[in-house]
Amino acid sequence: MSDSNRAAGDMVPGDGRWWRIGRVAGAALLIVVLLALPLYLPGEWLKVGTWMMTGAVGALGLTLLTGQAGQLSLAHGFFLLVGAVSYAVLSGPAGDPTYIGFGLPPVVGLLGAVLISGLAGAAFAPVSGRLRGIYLGVASLALVFLGFWLGRALPAVAGSTSSGRLPQPFSIFGLSVDVSRQLSSLSVFGVPLGRDERTWYLYLLLTAIAYLLAQGAVSGRPGRAWRAVRDNETAATVLGVSVVRVKAGVFAISSAYAGLAGVMTAWWTGIMKPDESEVAGSYGVTVSIAFLAMIVVGGLGSLPGAVLGAALVFGLPVALPLLTQSASADIGSGTAFSPIVITNFAYGALIVLIILFEPSGMAGLGRRLLGPARART
Amino acid sequence: MQTFLQVLINGTGKGAIFALLALGFVIIFKATEVVNFAHGSLALAGGYVVAVLKPMVGWWSAAAAGITAAAVLALVIERLLLARARNASDTSLAILTIGVDVLVLTEVVRRLGTEASPFLGDPYDVKPLTLGDVTVGRSEVVALAVSVVLITAFFAAFRFSPWGVAMRAQSENREAAALMGIRSSRVTASAWAVGGALAGIAVLFLATQDFSGGGLSQATHGVALAAFPAAIIGGLTSPGGAVLGGFVVGLTEAMTAQYVDLDFAKVAVYLVMLLVLVVRPSGLFGRVVQARV
Repeated sequence: MSDSNRAAGDMVPGDGRWWRIGRVAGAALLIVVLLALPLYLPGEWLKVGTWMMTGAVGALGLTLLTGQAGQLSLAHGFFLLVGAVSYAVLSGPAGDPTYIGFGLPPVVGLLGAVLISGLAGAAFAPVSGRLRGIYLGVASLALVFLGFWLGRALPAVAGSTSSGRLPQPFSIFGLSVDVSRQLSSLSVFGVPLGRDERTWYLYLLLTAIAYLLAQGAVSGRPGRAWRAVRDNETAATVLGVSVVRVKAGVFAISSAYAGLAGVMTAWWTGIMKPDESEVAGSYGVTVSIAFLAMIVVGGLGSLPGAVLGAALVFGLPVALPLLTQSASADIGSGTAFSPIVITNFAYGALIVLIILFEPSGMAGLGRRLLGPARART
Repeated sequence: MQTFLQVLINGTGKGAIFALLALGFVIIFKATEVVNFAHGSLALAGGYVVAVLKPMVGWWSAAAAGITAAAVLALVIERLLLARARNASDTSLAILTIGVDVLVLTEVVRRLGTEASPFLGDPYDVKPLTLGDVTVGRSEVVALAVSVVLITAFFAAFRFSPWGVAMRAQSENREAAALMGIRSSRVTASAWAVGGALAGIAVLFLATQDFSGGGLSQATHGVALAAFPAAIIGGLTSPGGAVLGGFVVGLTEAMTAQYVDLDFAKVAVYLVMLLVLVVRPSGLFGRVVQARV
């Protein structure tokens, strides 16, 4: 894992001028493409894109924690749940007889959900600060089970297991996840902006904010402290880094990211409802492992890698049915190669291959391919 | 009182199975420093072989084949994958086993399909045993007997046999052991095979009516997951601790399921683990790694 500290390419000193121009041009092109896509893609593909972005936000948080600071965590699913539930409760209607709600504006609900998830991560500090490596990984598993039980034990907060509760619609700057509210007629280049388009732009905005904040942290002082703790705790202490505080801090930040991803999950699925079983669901162990898969596939510690990994791991299962148009075929015996099975095979195999052959993931592969170009300039 | 005795015996029987799983997990960790997240999948794969062969060759041969299959799968994982990634960090190797776990779990669950999940404990399942005025599941009693025998055999081998000596030497100091002529690869390979075989035995009890009320399915993998807290409670480097941790987990689960709430039982196990970890960050008997400057 040691060469992933070069993960964010912009930290390497001595980049050539052309290299830098190329990077800026590439980023600009990417932004233009992402902004223009909703004008061309049909709604169902936009749903795939927003789901990928949900994964990307969560993966960014986990790659800070596991990749940059070296703390293995399997609790990401739990913090997704905390975020989703917090949003549902804070912004839920106040007078509802079945569900507890505070009736706050959705924007406050969103910020509150992110904050609460961060605090939940910080509250885990007595454990996360004392443990290291595998012990922390298994200890964090406890949170997922705790969340599973709490979700089922408190239906007035988390929604009943049968029908669930509806997350409040959200809207800011005309970008919305609104379902029923009257849309003001906006159109760009003659393409009317419908529900899916607006959701796309909202998710894009949130993902961009998440990405830029993470990049700032990684290339600044917090990032250096995280990598110092990851590489050698003793050396970090000698350098004046408070290891316990850094660990607690990065756990809180990562959980806040997971909380945002949780809110995006609730919007995307359109329902807030606890998991049916502890092994499968939207907030369980499998989801934690999927997030871990994203950051490993992308390259531990790499932000672009985390986004790519998320696009693969969250994108495949929703994109495959659209590609093959046979989602409902041969489900009969249940032994079919369903999209979820194919995705699991793909990322399971990728994890194994990447650890064996390219420990720095897709990001490392990219660096290796672009390396000669960079050296020439 | 009667209920309490019943729960106590059932909990001990369950604990015996978790002890077997956790013991295999710890053996693998001691020999290779790899945390095997694929342990549940080893059990599941062994169980699948039993389920497929059972109607054809009878339970006993099928069980033997299943245990062998789990051991062979563990051996293959070690030889094919982990032996090639010696220099990767512990965390990377743990993540590697998560990848293996995803692959094996997905394939076994896909093969099992949506049909009724098979039960694996034919000779002892759903044949309650009456001792005095206490009725307990026969699976739990058999499980307890089997694991007492196996655990005793393991500790005897660990203490006295050349294999055990080699194993302890290697976990003490890998390089020094290699210089003394201990074949490191043979020790690691055998550790994985033993761990796999123990998982293959455990699944024969996990997928029973008495034990979990469900047949072999993805849920079995979830139940087997409790072997991790068991191993962590005892301390990852201590086989004795793993056995103790197994019984702690089994009893905690049985007691809370009876006296608190069925859903809470799954969480209680992990809460006990957290409690132990807050007090002793390397588990009850784990080796404490000290930082030297």
